Amino acid sequence: MPYAAGVDVGSTQTKAIVVDASGAIAGRSLIDTGANVVVAAETAFQNSLRAGEIDPEAVAYVIGTGYGRYKVEFGDDQVTEIVCHARGAAEMFPETRTVLDMGGQDTKAIRIEPGGEVLDFCMNDKCAAGTGRFLQSAAAALGLELPELGPTALRGRRPVEISTTCTVFAESEVLSWLARGKAVEDILLGVHRSIGSRSFGLLRRVGIEDEITFTGGVARNEAMVKVMNEALGVPTNVSEESHFMGALGAALFALERAQLQEAPARRAVGEG
Amino acid sequence: MAEGGAAVTAATDVHGRGASDGRRLFEEWYAALTSAPERGEKAAYVFVMGSLVELLRCFDLHVVFPEINSLQTAVRKVADEYLNLAEDHGFSPDVCGYVKADYAVQVRSGEHPMGRIPPPDVAVLTNACSTYIKWAEIWERMYEAPIFTFDTPGSRVPVPLRRAGEPVETPDWASRLGGGFLDADSFEADRRYVEHQLRELIEVCERVTGIPFDIDRCREVLRLTNEMGRHWRRVLELNRQSPAPFDAMLEGTIYLGVANALRGTEEGALYFENLVEEMEARIADGLGPRGESDEHYRLVFVGVPCYPIFRRFYELFAEWGGTFVSSTYTWFASGGLNRDFEYDLEDPLGSLAEGLLLGVREATDSLMFPDRALIQSIDEYDVDGVVYHPVKSCRTVSTGLAASRRVILEERDVLALYIESDMMDKRVVSEAQLKNRIDAFFEGLRSREIRIAGSASASD
Repeated sequence: MPYAAGVDVGSTQTKAIVVDASGAIAGRSLIDTGANVVVAAETAFQNSLRAGEIDPEAVAYVIGTGYGRYKVEFGDDQVTEIVCHARGAAEMFPETRTVLDMGGQDTKAIRIEPGGEVLDFCMNDKCAAGTGRFLQSAAAALGLELPELGPTALRGRRPVEISTTCTVFAESEVLSWLARGKAVEDILLGVHRSIGSRSFGLLRRVGIEDEITFTGGVARNEAMVKVMNEALGVPTNVSEESHFMGALGAALFALERAQLQEAPARRAVGEG
Repeated sequence: MAEGGAAVTAATDVHGRGASDGRRLFEEWYAALTSAPERGEKAAYVFVMGSLVELLRCFDLHVVFPEINSLQTAVRKVADEYLNLAEDHGFSPDVCGYVKADYAVQVRSGEHPMGRIPPPDVAVLTNACSTYIKWAEIWERMYEAPIFTFDTPGSRVPVPLRRAGEPVETPDWASRLGGGFLDADSFEADRRYVEHQLRELIEVCERVTGIPFDIDRCREVLRLTNEMGRHWRRVLELNRQSPAPFDAMLEGTIYLGVANALRGTEEGALYFENLVEEMEARIADGLGPRGESDEHYRLVFVGVPCYPIFRRFYELFAEWGGTFVSSTYTWFASGGLNRDFEYDLEDPLGSLAEGLLLGVREATDSLMFPDRALIQSIDEYDVDGVVYHPVKSCRTVSTGLAASRRVILEERDVLALYIESDMMDKRVVSEAQLKNRIDAFFEGLRSREIRIAGSASASD
C-alpha cells in the first residue's frame, strides 16, 4: 500500500500532507494561497512530495479540503475542513471530544465522538470577526509581523478592552488605543482576549467536553493558546502539526479510501 | 385568489400538477389584483398568521398578502431594488425585509414583478407578530384606509424553566383547548373576546364595501376552508412515507402560498384534493420530489426559506439526497390549517373566532416552543437530521432556535445543522459559507450511517 495525501486550500494558506500506509506523515508543505487557487493546490502538493522524496505515482488517493477543495483538480474527492480537522485532531489526541479550529477567516467549534466523528459544530457567521484575519489586521496596524504577535501580547499586563472584533474596524480600534497612550503589548493582549471570548462563545454553543484540541494556524500563537486555556480552565491540546490538522485529516480519509479500493482486489486473490 | 378563478386542471397526468396549477393560480390571483381597481373592486391587506380571509371573502374583497408579495420579489431576484429604495428612505438594514420590500411596493404605486398591487381599502391584522402592528401603521399614514387590529390572547400556561439534561416539559399546546389554556372557562372567555372583535370588523367591512354580511355565505366559505384543511393535513401526513413524495421546504412552500391565497374558495379546495391524489400517485410510483426517488436522508426544516437563492438553497441539500419531509413553515404559516380543527358550520362566527384564536396561538407557540412538535415530527417522520435556518431580518421566527437545537440534540439521536442567512436580503446570503456547513452536516450524517452499518454487521 503506497501513500495518500490531503490538500487543505485555506483562505490564507494552502497546506499539503502525504501519509504512508501506516498513517505516519511522510511529507508536508505550506504555502500562501494567493490569487490562483488551482496553482496553490498543485504547488503545495508537489512541494510535499519533494519534501518526503515521494514519487507522485505512488500516491493512491488525494482528498481536497478547505474553501478551495473543489479546486484541487488532481484530487479524487473533497471533504469539508470541519470534518477533516476533527479527524486530524482525533488522530493526534485520541481523547479529544472538542476541537477549536482558528483559521484565517473561520473559527470553528466542533464536538466529536471518539475516532473523530463530528457530532455538532458551530462557526462564525458571514464575517471574519474574531478570526485569524483580525490578528493580521491588528499586526498591520502596529507594524508587526505575525510571529511577533504572541510573544508581544504575552508581555502585556493591563490588557485594554477591545469592544469590536470586526476585522474592518480592527485597525481604527487599535490606533485609537495607541492614540490614548496604551502600550502595544497591552493592546495586543486585549486583542487576543477579545478573540478568545468570541471563540469561547462558539465552544459553549456546541458544548465543551474535555479533552479540547486547538487546531489551525492561530494555534501556533502562544498568547492565543494561553488566553483560551485561561478561558476554558483546562489546558488545550496543541500539536506541532496544528496548522496541518485539516490536511492531515484529509490525508487520513484518503488513506482509508485507498485501502477500501484495495480491499476487493485482495479478497479476489484470496478467493482465487 | 379572486372569486371565479379558472378551474384546476383535470386529473390526467397528476405528476407535477401541484406545481403547475399552483403557478397558474398564483398568476391568476395577481392578474385579478392588478385589474381590481379598474373594475372598482376593493382590496383588503392581510397577514399569513391570522388572515381572516374567510370573513373578507363575504364582502367580495380581494385579499393581498404583503408578506407573499415581498418574498416574491426575492424569488424573482429583484428584492434588492425594493430593499434599497426603502433604505434610501431611511429604513435600517436591520428592519424586516418583508416590511421594507412592501413599503417600496407602495412607494412605487404597487409595481411588482407579478403585477400591480392595489392599495388597501381595509387592512386586518393580529398581534401574532409585533412587527405587523408597526407595518400596518405605515399603511395608515399612506392611505385613508381603516386598519383593524385583533387582540388575540396568547397561551398562558407557565413554561417551566428547564436545565440541560432535564426532560422536555413544554405545555401541551396541541391539545383541543389550544394554547395550553388553564381551563375551558378561560378559553371560552378568550374566544368570546375575539368573537366580539369579529363583529366589530364586520361593521367595518360593511361600511367599506357597502355589502351587508351574509351568514350563509360565510358558512359556505368556512365549509370550503374545512375541506381544504382536511386535504392539506392529508398531504402533510403522506410525507411520512419513505421515500417522501414531496419536499416540504421547496414544494411545501408553493403549496403553502396556495393554502393562504385561496382559502375558502372552490379552487383552493379542489387544488388540495388534487394534491392528495398527486401525492398518493407519487407514493404508488415510488417517486419523490425529484422524480425517481434518490432520498437518502430525511430532514426537518425549521424557519423560513432562503428566498434570494431559493432553488439553489434546496439543491444544496438535494445534491446529498436530502429531502425535507417536514417543515415548521408549513405549520406556523398555514393559518392554522395544519391543526385538526374544523369550523362549526352551525355557529360560523363563534367558530371563526375560535379558529382565529387557535390559529394565531398555534403560530406563535410553534415559534416559541417548537421542541415538542419537532420531537413528534422526528419520531413520526423517521427523521435523520434537523436544519435550523434563522434569518437576519426576522427575529420572530429566529429567536430561540439555538436553544431548540440544543434540546433536540439532547432528546433524539439526530444531527442538527444551524445555518444563518436571510429570507430577502442577498447581501447577507453567502452561498460558499452555506455550502461548507451543509456539506459538513451531510458528511457527519454519512459517517454516522457508516458507523451504524458497521456495528450492525459486526453484531450479525
